[in-house]
Amino acid sequence: MVNSNTTSNVISLQAVSKQYGTETVLCNINLKVRSGECVVLVGHNGAGKTSLMKLMLGLTQPTSGTVEILGGNPAFSAAVAQRMALGYLPENVVFYEAMTGFEVLTFYARLKGLSGVECKNLLALVGLDSAAKRKVGTYSKGMRQRLGLAQAMLGNPQLLFLDEPTTGLDPVLRQHFYELIDRLHKGGTTSVISSHALNEVEARANRFVIMKTGVIVACGTLDELYQQAALPVRLQLSVTPGKATGVAERLGAEVNIDRVNNQSISLSCLKEEKMPLIRHISSLGEAVHDMQIMPPRLDEIYNHFMNGEPL
Amino acid sequence: MTLLWTLALKELRDGLRNRWIAAAIILLGALALALSLLGAAPTGSVRVSNLDITVVSLASLSVYLIPLIALMLSFDALVGEFERGTMMLLLTYPVSRWQVIIGKFIGHVLILAIAIFAGYGGAFVIMSIFAGGGTEGWQAYGMMMFSSLVLGAIFIALGYLVSVLVKERATAAGTAIGLWLVFVVLYDLLLFGALLLDKEQMIGQQLFSVLMLISPTDSYRIFNLSMFEGVSQAAGIAGIASEAGMSGALLISVMLLWVIVPLLATLLFFQRREL
Repeated sequence: MVNSNTTSNVISLQAVSKQYGTETVLCNINLKVRSGECVVLVGHNGAGKTSLMKLMLGLTQPTSGTVEILGGNPAFSAAVAQRMALGYLPENVVFYEAMTGFEVLTFYARLKGLSGVECKNLLALVGLDSAAKRKVGTYSKGMRQRLGLAQAMLGNPQLLFLDEPTTGLDPVLRQHFYELIDRLHKGGTTSVISSHALNEVEARANRFVIMKTGVIVACGTLDELYQQAALPVRLQLSVTPGKATGVAERLGAEVNIDRVNNQSISLSCLKEEKMPLIRHISSLGEAVHDMQIMPPRLDEIYNHFMNGEPL
Repeated sequence: MTLLWTLALKELRDGLRNRWIAAAIILLGALALALSLLGAAPTGSVRVSNLDITVVSLASLSVYLIPLIALMLSFDALVGEFERGTMMLLLTYPVSRWQVIIGKFIGHVLILAIAIFAGYGGAFVIMSIFAGGGTEGWQAYGMMMFSSLVLGAIFIALGYLVSVLVKERATAAGTAIGLWLVFVVLYDLLLFGALLLDKEQMIGQQLFSVLMLISPTDSYRIFNLSMFEGVSQAAGIAGIASEAGMSGALLISVMLLWVIVPLLATLLFFQRREL
């Protein structure tokens, strides 16, 4: 029953809305994720990221619209076998506190029909081998999160959902965490990650989905978003000391100069104007001896879409 | 099948780990022994065997105790996992919701079976070393253990139904206690009160039998107190059940219905529940 135009899509959401009582948590969501992609959901708390994940995991059903995961409706009983290919790390993951780390992982492994050997390897991979025999109740936040990732990685899932995976982790652990996720990506895993930590995910995601109060306000690669947002590129010129004002005057009135001091000039322009401006600057001669080009960062793009207006 | 076993084994291990099973075995065993010792004192040379008396007193006490133990095991089973968030993760695994319920049920019934057979059975072994009972007494004791397990299964299923319906664990605990009161105390109290007021005008023998039969605790009582001759003589209610047309098979069927219906209702509500 795989639709011909959705074969390459691992996830396909069409006009999905979700209401709890009278409260609308998701409104008209359309999203397609291709195999092997890494898509990041960004948005404030309550923007609907977790609700969206629960829908895709089949834990809830949409009020309207269709959800298709790996070619089937995840909420149908027929999808149970499909969950063999899913991995999920919930936000603030909770385990059975009285069980040891190894017991928890083997319990989940058995549900996926896997052996204990794989659990040992996974625990070693996330650096929990020394704590494997300790009760989960004694684990720190970081250790729980690592155990959470280990269970999500059970059976090399084809599709991985990670909800705020790095909250509460220190920078070293975060780094390690992303290395593990990168390793999965190299194996062809598709992943959907929700995150607050924009600077962390910026370099890792293929695509970003910016959500605001249950609506997707923007979706695309960093470049596409930057295009859509029409945010200015910033240029910083280093000028021979004392010549800044002169250079600024020669740049002309049509150039948007943000700031001038003794030896540097900050200016900004739209993406289309960038190359002509650079050519213009290089024609100004020796006085300009260095130039830095700073494209908008994800957090600026995010802020732009959140406020609905340029900064 | 391996899935169900994995889920059941987890519950069983939990029961062993938190000393739940050990506590229940000691409680039930001590109770059975105490009752058999107390029951032995006044009998002297009376025809009724010690074991029959023990069955009478144990069955009368089990009616209160077993439902309580079963509800304590089960009230938290679903709402606890909803509240902590472990259910959400569990349901993203390749398990159906019915498997979650049935797996837990198997595990909890096994816990109760271990407690009943080790507790009551252990006491039986000790008793038979010190005082021999008739063979009929032995059968009655065995049936008492078996029907106690069915009674426990009923209240495990009812506990699940409470657990799937409420939003908080505290509500589940309160509702479970209420359920226990209704089934174990209030129903009989109201029934006999009505009987007294009614003076056999509205409630005839027929209706009374039906009213007794539909209560799982009364079915359990009748089953244990009147199915075996020695026991029913000890209980002083000889022949009541057969007069009312209740066979052992009918009583057990009614009790099994009390297991199946709440379990099915739990499944139904669980299927619809959003996490």
